[in-house]
Amino acid sequence: MTEIDDGDVILELKDITKAYSGIVALKKANLKLRRGAVNVLVGENGAGKSTMMRIIAGVEQPTIGEIWMEGERIHLSSPADAVRHGIGIVFQELNLFGNMTVAENIFATREITRGVLGIDHKAQVEKANAFLDRLESGISAETLTEDLPIGQQQLVEIARAVSLNTRILIMDEPTSALSAAEVDVLFRVIAELKAQGVAIVYISHRLEELMRIGDYITVLKDGQITGHALVKDIDTRWIVRSMIGSDAKDFAKEVDHELGGEVIRLDNITLPRSQGGYAVDHVSLSVRKGEILGIYGLMGAGRSELFECIMGRHDHDTGKVFIDGQELLERDTTGRIERGIALIPEDRQREGLVQCLSIAENLSLASLGQFLRFGFHIITGKEKQAVADAIRSLSIKARNPDFEVTSMSGGNQQKVVIGKALMTGPKVLLMDEPSRGIDVGAKADVFRTMRRLASEGLAILFSTSDLEEVMALSDRIAVMSNGRLVMVIDRNQATEEAIVKASAEGHTTKRMHA
Amino acid sequence: MTTATQTAAGSANSGSLLLTLMKLRTFIALFAVIIFFSIFAPNFLSTANMILMSKHATQNAFLAIGMTFVIITGGIDLSVGSIVGLCGMIAGGLIIYGIDLPIGYTVYFNILEVAVIVAVVGVLIGAVNGLLITRLNVAPFIATLGTLYVARGAALLYSDGQTLPNLVGREDLGNQGFSYFGSGTIIGLPVSVWMLVVVAFGAAYFARFVPLGRHIFAVGGNERAARMSGIRVSRVKMFVYMFSGFCAALVGLIVSSELMASHPATGTNLELNAIAAAVLGGTSMSGGRGTIGGTIVGAFVIGILSDGLVMMGVSSFWQMVIKGLVIIIAVVVDQAQRKMQARVTLMQMAKQG
Repeated sequence: MTEIDDGDVILELKDITKAYSGIVALKKANLKLRRGAVNVLVGENGAGKSTMMRIIAGVEQPTIGEIWMEGERIHLSSPADAVRHGIGIVFQELNLFGNMTVAENIFATREITRGVLGIDHKAQVEKANAFLDRLESGISAETLTEDLPIGQQQLVEIARAVSLNTRILIMDEPTSALSAAEVDVLFRVIAELKAQGVAIVYISHRLEELMRIGDYITVLKDGQITGHALVKDIDTRWIVRSMIGSDAKDFAKEVDHELGGEVIRLDNITLPRSQGGYAVDHVSLSVRKGEILGIYGLMGAGRSELFECIMGRHDHDTGKVFIDGQELLERDTTGRIERGIALIPEDRQREGLVQCLSIAENLSLASLGQFLRFGFHIITGKEKQAVADAIRSLSIKARNPDFEVTSMSGGNQQKVVIGKALMTGPKVLLMDEPSRGIDVGAKADVFRTMRRLASEGLAILFSTSDLEEVMALSDRIAVMSNGRLVMVIDRNQATEEAIVKASAEGHTTKRMHA
Repeated sequence: MTTATQTAAGSANSGSLLLTLMKLRTFIALFAVIIFFSIFAPNFLSTANMILMSKHATQNAFLAIGMTFVIITGGIDLSVGSIVGLCGMIAGGLIIYGIDLPIGYTVYFNILEVAVIVAVVGVLIGAVNGLLITRLNVAPFIATLGTLYVARGAALLYSDGQTLPNLVGREDLGNQGFSYFGSGTIIGLPVSVWMLVVVAFGAAYFARFVPLGRHIFAVGGNERAARMSGIRVSRVKMFVYMFSGFCAALVGLIVSSELMASHPATGTNLELNAIAAAVLGGTSMSGGRGTIGGTIVGAFVIGILSDGLVMMGVSSFWQMVIKGLVIIIAVVVDQAQRKMQARVTLMQMAKQG
């Protein structure tokens, strides 16, 4: 890391470490934010960017470390504290009240009042309209927020942050739902704010954007700062290199095995989005026995939706799914599982586990039909045996399978979800971000398991937004962007640059929006 | 160092003792009310009174078993009290009037057939609840509130609000002996209690050893995860409401058989007793947790409490206050236990490192 002139520093994070139960999200990270500049932060999912921003916004407190603002040590114990210090944030997930108007959202918690007469709605609407016009959004401040398409909601969120008159403005992927024209306007506003001396923190996966508006760039990887430079001194190749690093993670060594015939084929899978356009846009691909297909894409690329379509979660998707050459006519999840497809969902807590059931009950939940006598009686012994087998073969650390599933660490919980899917005896395994929210050691374990399963003849499709992961694990790589399948390529022909470029393609070539 | 470990271990032990006591709270409550009333209520422990009380508690227990499954899925069934009333009326009507066929004949049924028809009606009303909830996405509270009114209104309309008296049946029609369900005994115990034993054991077996029973817990614990695991959530919900309707029909049958008369207002507010019994027995209103055994103990606590208070001559107004307090305390203890349990688990994890 070369030393660079850091200019006029307004906020400094010194040796920040943040630990959650079982996982360290930030390790002794240092960050300097400069006044009147766009400070860009990049890194893969799970690198710790969002954690860092949540600490600056006062949402989370660092486990160890200090925050200094203009030469003074400060403590940000709540979001209100951060606002008092002039820090505003546009979160990645929209934090709007859908049941309120745009003006009410913009002035939430600091309503304009007329003494005892209550809220001055007229003044709020006028002021809100002024901010919205500045963003050239064409939104009326009196609209109900939930009636706006997602891109415009994002603009409202930005307007709210701008209206705070902050000295530091954090934008966490502000453009993920914006059209090209809207992005241009946003960049103009950012330039204005910069001229006023606001320190802007800009987080995005779209490298060309970063190159366009960034002044300083900081790269995070596994909770550590791996690169820090002036944007004018570097290129996208430097960013990718810093993001991925030279020290490869402990991935399972490749076991070469023969691939069998085609197991699953998707034909023109399409899922319309409620705001128009497609969440999954005519996707066709096929996977062979024993093959691992990695699907790379950014947030919102349509990976999860594709998996959901394959599982029969939606009832308005079109297209055909073939298993062993036979079309699946079952439209619901139960039927698809019976035909040999199993899904490991992205959101383990919300879709993978039943928290109040025990480890054993979670494991056998999807496969109870295998332990029946007379078609209705569960033979407990048989079930226990199968659960014990699953725990052993996946080396799940469970002292007692009858304990609640929440008593285990994240990595082991993930293995329970995998175990549950495997106990249904699938031919095709869909894994949506299988390494999400688990620590490095557990990741390696999960990856080894995936390799082993593939060598045993399972066809695996997994999705990830981690370049290193997709490069190391897949036999073939598919890249999705904005619902479209942009590229399918053999791993030995794939390069990181090509994949990153393809993952942004859907956004540049086909802008769809209101 | 040693002392520190010892105190830690000591507090953990006392913690787990308290936890065990809290887990057994429903049983403790049951023994507490029995001991209390056997001291303060005259004749409380007499066999006749015991049988009478068990008959009363049985009605609550039936409804509470059905309600427990519904609540475990995260729903609620407010219509059971009205189903009791309507099913009682139908039983009475079938015995007295039979069914008029359009071709000029009137069909009468024997007692067993009456029981089956009434049970089917209960299941059908439950199915209506289930369809409203699963197909039309009506919130369970609202859907069953609607059927509560409809069923009660139908019961009143059936006889224009009149009681159907004297359900003895006629010898030439072969439909005598209706009193068997409510007043008959097998080896000294009322038939209704035997029926409860069968249904309760059936339900407990079902919850533990039948896939659909396990699915009930999964749906209530995490509906999305259940759906992703291939569980047909709608089917599970249909089942619990239909079963709840079935239980309510049995109660309607028993009550009218006991009185040998059907009154359309029978069963008013019984749904609240059923919910109270389930909650007292440790069923979580947010779904996913509950046991049949706990619910039955809960139903007996409530039954014994109200009968005992009557025997002590406590005014019915005070009875309501006391019942309410018992329910609130039960839920407060339940929450405290949940919290302690979570803390103990975290401590164990921390100790492991």
